[in-house]
Amino acid sequence: MAEMMYWQGILRAHDEEMARDPLVFAMGEDIGVAGGTYKATSGLFAKYGEQRVIDTPISENSYTGIGVGAAMVGARPIVEIMSVNFAWLAMDQLMNNAAKIHYMSGGRIRCPFVMRLPGGTAHQLGAQHSARMEKVFMGISGLRVVTPATPRDAYGLLKSAVRCDDPVVIIEHEAMYNLKGEIPDTEFFTPLEGVEVMRPGKDVSIFAYNISVHWALEAAQKLAQEYGIDAEVIDLRALKPMDRAGIAASVRKTHRAIVVEEDEAPVGVGSEVIAIINEECFFDLDAAPVRVHALDVPIPYSHRLEKAAIPNADDVIAVARKMLGR
Amino acid sequence: MDATDQKRLLREMLFARRFEERCAEAYHERQIGGFLHLYPGEEACAIGVLEKARPGSDYVVTGYRDHIHALKSGMNPKALMAELFGKETGCSKGRGGSMHLFDPDVHFMGGYALVGGPFPLAAGFAKAIQLRGSDEISICFLGDGANNQGTFHETMNMASLWNLPVLFICENNLYGIGTAIERSTVEINQYKRVAPYGIEAAQCDGQDIDVVMAHAEKAVQHVRGKRKPYFLELMTYRLRGHSMSDSGAYRSKEEVEEWAQRDPIGIYKRRLIEAGVLSEDEFHATDEAIQDEIENEIVRFATESPEPRVEDVARYVYVEGGKQPWLK
Repeated sequence: MAEMMYWQGILRAHDEEMARDPLVFAMGEDIGVAGGTYKATSGLFAKYGEQRVIDTPISENSYTGIGVGAAMVGARPIVEIMSVNFAWLAMDQLMNNAAKIHYMSGGRIRCPFVMRLPGGTAHQLGAQHSARMEKVFMGISGLRVVTPATPRDAYGLLKSAVRCDDPVVIIEHEAMYNLKGEIPDTEFFTPLEGVEVMRPGKDVSIFAYNISVHWALEAAQKLAQEYGIDAEVIDLRALKPMDRAGIAASVRKTHRAIVVEEDEAPVGVGSEVIAIINEECFFDLDAAPVRVHALDVPIPYSHRLEKAAIPNADDVIAVARKMLGR
Repeated sequence: MDATDQKRLLREMLFARRFEERCAEAYHERQIGGFLHLYPGEEACAIGVLEKARPGSDYVVTGYRDHIHALKSGMNPKALMAELFGKETGCSKGRGGSMHLFDPDVHFMGGYALVGGPFPLAAGFAKAIQLRGSDEISICFLGDGANNQGTFHETMNMASLWNLPVLFICENNLYGIGTAIERSTVEINQYKRVAPYGIEAAQCDGQDIDVVMAHAEKAVQHVRGKRKPYFLELMTYRLRGHSMSDSGAYRSKEEVEEWAQRDPIGIYKRRLIEAGVLSEDEFHATDEAIQDEIENEIVRFATESPEPRVEDVARYVYVEGGKQPWLK
């Protein structure tokens, strides 16, 4: 077990998969000679060459489409979009081709395509560099959408995504590339389906994903220490398909649910998880589920306003206390 | 090319024509739904180009006017008609329809509805070919209208920059749906638009299959031999509407009539008759045999084939039995 940073986990997954299979290749803006904006592909250009570690022009839709085409005939592309915001420009190839080709062809063509997206709101990057687009990808039939919250899963999800025969979107987080955590020394694969219990508890389930897992864990610790509330923290991790049974199992145990999302409501992970709870285990609830989410505004530049727009651990604590009356 | 091959080519074009005409009938009889874009008038393009490539091995992709490219790639016409009828025996199991034909067994990679969307896919097939080091090429057929999409410019740039073996065929039928090319595009000679990307290009008559084949042979050799893209513009014309719901208001009767005189089947038939290779009687016998095959084998197969089962509606969203390495 070695302590590694989030970006190092991603780099290690690239390296292992590229060493194993000559049809695995990476492409994106500045990923080669420059080593990647977040270092996640550093050193690969020297090791695997320009045919397999491709610095693309700034043409998101078409280099995405080139990856999709290559995947359709047996290659295994890992396409990095420098920032999730730029993925809007690639939506035609992602939605109309990658997501639909297997279905439209009656299952005859596979598209083992991987798109990596540095996502989330970092620090004062403004409205056009702070989008959280998980709600968009989650709404597209045919895609798998996963979000690593830890260096271990940053590694393990990419490993699984490269081997998976379906198109997979991995939403990383720009503020987490230097996050440290343990990664096993031996090869392993994080499931592309299913939730993970990050902290067991009995009083309330806090559903989170990506960076909000850390807000939830921070909140759970304070809720236990200061208010005697034993919260269970669930990392949703796979946003599509979502683990309905895993969500319901936790609610059946705690009878209360909070969903924490960095994305804005309306529409999103919070509304989806609460709909699942209603459908799967409504009569197990002791309180109405609540979502903690970003404000419905374009993310402002001002540090003060930016902080106000994005939820945090204190927001989760306030909701949990109100829900439990403590 | 010997007389046998010449007669085969004429038969293929005539088959394409009769197939499409029968599709139009089936559309009016409501056996085919959705959007239907037919190819009459343009037969020499797909058939002439692919005659000089390696159908079944080279990867072929196109837009929504895709029936004849699929056939010439080697798709079974029964599977094609069954797809149009929305049947389980269709090439896409009834999930695709006219605009989304697929047959990976013969490397026919589709059938796409978004104009310009296939440009990067074609470059992607070429990228995979490049990684494998094999000698196939990728062939992308699109209309002139697609060249005003960003994907055209982005893909030309990357295909040239990375030496991808793609043959771009522009079937220039002078209209982007119902808007004349000179009303949508500054440079109406499409082959000139790839010059800034360093891609070799040519323009030729798309109605005379001998001319198409001569240019296609050179183009295919360029892509296969030099492992670089090439762009060939074929000047052609749709004798029918854009789709089945076309008012025709944007073209004059005189213009349509003028192009009808340059029907690729008429041109080639006259040539073969003048050369003494073919007789009028032989032509009619072939025509009758084709129509008989279409009616009694192909349409019959499609009509008698089963519908997809409703309980299978959610199949093929994800790969069934796909790799799940985390379960090891």
